[in-house]
Amino acid sequence: MTALINHAPVLLIAIPLLGAFAVPLIGKLGRGARNTFVGLISLITAALAGLLAATVFGHAGAPSLYVMGGSQGFSLPLPSGLSVPIRIIFEPDGMSAFMALITALITLTGAFFSFSYWRERSGGTLFYSLFMLLTAGIFGMELTGDMFNFFVFLEITSISACGLIGFRVWLKHSQEAGFKVMALYTLSGLFVLLAIGLLYGQYGGLNIAYLASTLTGSTIDIVALGLLLVGLALKAGAVPLHMWAPDAYGEAPAPMSAVLVANSQASLYGLFRILFTLFGLTVSVATLGWILIVLALLTIFVGVTMALIQSDIKRLIAYSAVSQIGYMLLGVGVGLAVSVAKPDFGFVAMQGGIFHMLNDAACIGLLFFASGVIIRATGTRDLNQMGGLAHSMKWTSILFIIGAFALAGVPPFNGFASKFLIYEAAFKLSPFLAVVAILSSILLLAVFVKIFQAAFLGPRREALMSEVPIGMMIPMVALALVVIVFGLFPGFFVDKIVTPAANALWYGRDAYIGLVLGGG
Amino acid sequence: MSIGNLPFVVAALLVVLGIYTFLFKRNLIKLVIGISLVETGVNLFLVTLGYRTHAIAPIYTFAPKAERMVLPTPQALTLTSIVIGLATTALLLSFAVFIYRHYGTLDAGKIKELRG
Repeated sequence: MTALINHAPVLLIAIPLLGAFAVPLIGKLGRGARNTFVGLISLITAALAGLLAATVFGHAGAPSLYVMGGSQGFSLPLPSGLSVPIRIIFEPDGMSAFMALITALITLTGAFFSFSYWRERSGGTLFYSLFMLLTAGIFGMELTGDMFNFFVFLEITSISACGLIGFRVWLKHSQEAGFKVMALYTLSGLFVLLAIGLLYGQYGGLNIAYLASTLTGSTIDIVALGLLLVGLALKAGAVPLHMWAPDAYGEAPAPMSAVLVANSQASLYGLFRILFTLFGLTVSVATLGWILIVLALLTIFVGVTMALIQSDIKRLIAYSAVSQIGYMLLGVGVGLAVSVAKPDFGFVAMQGGIFHMLNDAACIGLLFFASGVIIRATGTRDLNQMGGLAHSMKWTSILFIIGAFALAGVPPFNGFASKFLIYEAAFKLSPFLAVVAILSSILLLAVFVKIFQAAFLGPRREALMSEVPIGMMIPMVALALVVIVFGLFPGFFVDKIVTPAANALWYGRDAYIGLVLGGG
Repeated sequence: MSIGNLPFVVAALLVVLGIYTFLFKRNLIKLVIGISLVETGVNLFLVTLGYRTHAIAPIYTFAPKAERMVLPTPQALTLTSIVIGLATTALLLSFAVFIYRHYGTLDAGKIKELRG
């Protein structure tokens, strides 16, 4: 058990990676064996993420070090007498563990939802293989303490995500979406790589903690920061770099849309890690914070207004997913803008933004799953051709309402808890921010009333699938429980997991650096 | 003879040329070429970071004593980046093939059923 806890960070990546490459072999044994294997891998991965989170939050979110390559034995002696250990590290702290929990929640429910969702005769093995690869990449991005590793994991997620969007080559639109998304993901990855090259050229290191300790905030650093900001904002789907997001979420199979949202959140995590831990106060954080706030307001507003005019159910949910990224950016942006003086409301904003990541993952996941059920039942994605689903699918309609209300920030669901923290803190910085955020939430409610009216209400149409298979129902109920429990007891979860995560970004820079370099 | 900062200038030119191609060309294959150019530029930049004038490759076996070596880390990074670039380019080109089969064209201006 101790060994398992000690090695949890690397196992979190190794096990899905093993799964990804073993699935094609196990798939030869038949559908049942393959699904059992994928289910087992997903369960183990989620259990490991839970174990890691329990350990990290047990230490109040303090960072811990996982070393590959030997901390003592294999060192490079320098002429000056110092010796530099040759190693690659993972450095999970409160924020990483929090993200790992989100990823575990979405990948576990996504895997189990897929078993019933994926009924096509072929393509399933490819689907699960890419899915596991994506899982490994997302965990890697969240745990690594090394810039270049971050880039490699980023590219792993890019390639496997685009594989998932476009592997159904018989669908016309998925190919268009796949090309567009891959082109933009590649460009974002190259921006990140260029920035890493600039930092390496100046400081001769790739370790985040080492770079953070030597950064001076020179012009080249600021260029690198700009490149990282553009690259990661693109990968997270922030407006004006969001054009790929509705295509990606809309054209991927429904359970994978939820995982793609988790992937976007991992890029957002990378951005926060770079802003708070790597750069910290070496650059003008107020300017950066306001840049994030402007991006956030654009993202919220454009996301919601574009959602209003959609008639394709998945594209509609995809645009609302884009708008939710804006709320996270708004929370953390407000925190960053005031992070020199560190007033109380800045920390509240950070808590809200970070808490919203988890809440958004749960309710967007629920909505994408529900849209998958609806598409399976009606055979169409066009809202104008649906109607009367509530007659035959009572449970799905109830779950859909829960997800929609939570996303729009209606109490007592979880979206309200985090959005309220964001509104409150944003109001203290500038009332205008809170007004835009609240208005957009109300518009979002209108969006979901539209879906609900189009898809669920109305007269009973032809004989539809009577009720959802139990295999699709259980993951949806699990996510709905998360939505409700987090909405009913937000205080408990904010104390236990959100505060350590926010602390890790807001105060944790010195501890993060000190753990790697000693002293501090 | 030292080559000075010439490689950096070439790397920057390649990146700018690639981004120009990406933004202003409509043929999908040309877009892939643009991305490939950016990638080559970034790779050249990485290799150049580790370059030392009159230095040898960082391989210890049979290396003459007291020779300067170029930095090995950027080369390792470049190698990784090249492998990733291969995967992305292959994926992009295969998407382009399937797009051509479905739409009968490679003109990005005509392939826009996913809009708004």
